[in-house]
Amino acid sequence: MVEHDDMREPLGQDGIAPGASPDDVAAGPSSDPAKADTISSVVSPHPYAAEMRRRRLAAEAQGRARRETLLYLDGVTKSFDGFKAINNLSLVIERGEMRAIIGPNGAGKTTMMDIITGKTRPDRGAVYFNGAVDLTKHDEAAIASMGIGRKFQKPTVFESHTVEDNIRLSLAGPRSVVEALVHRKSTAERERIAEILATIRLTDKRRTFAANLSHGQKQWLEIGMLLAQDPELLLVDEPVAGMTDAETVETARLLREIAATRSVVVVEHDMSFVRELSVKVTCLHEGSVLSEGTLEAVSNDPKVIEVYLGR
Amino acid sequence: MIIARFLGPRVWILVGLILAAAVLVPLANLALPPGHPLHMPSYLVPLFGKYVTYALLALALDLVWGYVGILSLGHGAFFALGGYAMGMYLMRQIGSRGVYGNPILPDFMVFLNWKALPWYWSGFDAFWFAALMVMLVPGLLAFVFGFFAFRSRVTGVYLSIITQAMTYALLLAFFRNDMGFGGNNGLTDFKDILGFPIQAAATRAGLFSASCIALAIGVLLVGWITRSKLGKLMIAVRDAESRTRFIGWRPEDVKLFAFTVSAVMAGIAGALYVPQVGIINPSEFAPVNSIEVVVWAAVGGRGTLIGPILGALLVNYGKTVFTAIAPDSWLFVLGGLFVFVTLVLPRGIVGTIDHGWDAWRARRRSAAKEKGESGDGDGSILPHPAE
Repeated sequence: MVEHDDMREPLGQDGIAPGASPDDVAAGPSSDPAKADTISSVVSPHPYAAEMRRRRLAAEAQGRARRETLLYLDGVTKSFDGFKAINNLSLVIERGEMRAIIGPNGAGKTTMMDIITGKTRPDRGAVYFNGAVDLTKHDEAAIASMGIGRKFQKPTVFESHTVEDNIRLSLAGPRSVVEALVHRKSTAERERIAEILATIRLTDKRRTFAANLSHGQKQWLEIGMLLAQDPELLLVDEPVAGMTDAETVETARLLREIAATRSVVVVEHDMSFVRELSVKVTCLHEGSVLSEGTLEAVSNDPKVIEVYLGR
Repeated sequence: MIIARFLGPRVWILVGLILAAAVLVPLANLALPPGHPLHMPSYLVPLFGKYVTYALLALALDLVWGYVGILSLGHGAFFALGGYAMGMYLMRQIGSRGVYGNPILPDFMVFLNWKALPWYWSGFDAFWFAALMVMLVPGLLAFVFGFFAFRSRVTGVYLSIITQAMTYALLLAFFRNDMGFGGNNGLTDFKDILGFPIQAAATRAGLFSASCIALAIGVLLVGWITRSKLGKLMIAVRDAESRTRFIGWRPEDVKLFAFTVSAVMAGIAGALYVPQVGIINPSEFAPVNSIEVVVWAAVGGRGTLIGPILGALLVNYGKTVFTAIAPDSWLFVLGGLFVFVTLVLPRGIVGTIDHGWDAWRARRRSAAKEKGESGDGDGSILPHPAE
């Protein structure tokens, strides 16, 4: 279909676009189509020119739609030794959205996170952050500094440091070796740390070594470390695995609190936890999107029941 | 003095002890008459001086192994390169006093029928140039080696193996006569350093003091680095490298910095070692030497400032004693020591004491709390380190 060709066009064209400010883009094309219609009705241009114009407008609309997204994956494919871990995956996360991603083991959830955070390069497809930044061209450290935080499945914190130092190392700021060597603690830094510790409910543990925290507390500390980076998007991989029920409820509360100001993508197996979050759900299967919508809609989708819930 | 406050009392006590040794050992050797009970015999001064340079080498290794988790099995190479740079200066100081009496060419070059000094020997007649090369050559090698190794994310045992290969390759290269570094025999027969006769007791005492001062500066430098935010980042890289990457740091930069600084320190240690033992030859590049350094740091306690210094002094003193009593048994003792430390004292001597002390304090504090006495009140189990 022609539609599909158009879908792909803006990706190629986009190299030109990033310079334009979002305002330009929003204001410019919105008045354009109307003008185009009046002109065509009066002059009736050559059919080829009209086709080109239609394509250009479709491309602009597509680019505009992408630019308003926070995370934009289109036709992403990645295979390992012939096995397609991600197969033509397309996914859009809006600004301020919280999304739960579910799927059986091997559905490609972790590979998807690896691709977004720069750990793995996709074979094909487009991955854009904030509409304009091509994430496939950056490494982990650069992507983290742009504002994408990632929590691993297994809690990964700096065990020989105190809770406070864990947060301090994660605070947004310069990331050069020389700056770290001559860095001085500031009041602003202390206040920010106190604020984050309050959010993750670890204020009274600030001087405890991370190694001495419980499993649930380590998970929260890691979420706190992500918050310290001041990210726009948080990718959270199975945050409640191995948690007690009380900890699970607390984690859901924490994530909803965070989602008030940032976008959050949660990968989770625990359906009761996903229900607790009550957000839009995407179900992955064999590396592509199987179903998307409310948890009710997704869990009643016959395809989902067949591959995932029905087992 | 911002730094004075920053480093904490333990570092200053250690620096004080080292500087006291820098003064007291030469005094006991030079000022006290030979019959005096506290007199230090002249043969011991360069021996202790050698131990002090080993301690500096162990401290350098500790910076990369103890704090960043890079197990370098090639630190002997940086030590030897620093030593060769100093050896070249000492060779040029011999002048026409060599066996062949050639005013420019060292004896081994005359022996090999060389007509002119190779280009890379020029400049080494000036002490400042040699001193610069002592730091620059090991530093540059470490920088280039580390740049490629860390950028390609070579870690763990693979990195250890390539550092070992590096020192072995240098060993083979320096064995060759046409490298122009004296081949098998290396550089020896030194006469003076900075115009002082190298065999004189006063010169040796001076070299001992210089080694102690270098070690004290090394302690301050490593103390400063490890207590800064960068030091915390180093430990973070050691414990959870991917986590540092995903919060925006570049672990390869941290590793490269530590590795290069460490190599420069090792080079300085080697430069102070050579005039005290009077010879540098390719055997200093032997892989076994680099592994011994790892044993010193492990025995003393890696990841501490005092540990590697203590380990280097104890193990080398043990080596001196054992090789005198039963020369053939030393390698078995060394191997046994490493196995013992790995199994029984994985934190090393200082690490074990520190850990025991912290645990004892924690027990005492919780006991105090149960009695209803008020503790420090912040609810922490362990004290906040290095604040």
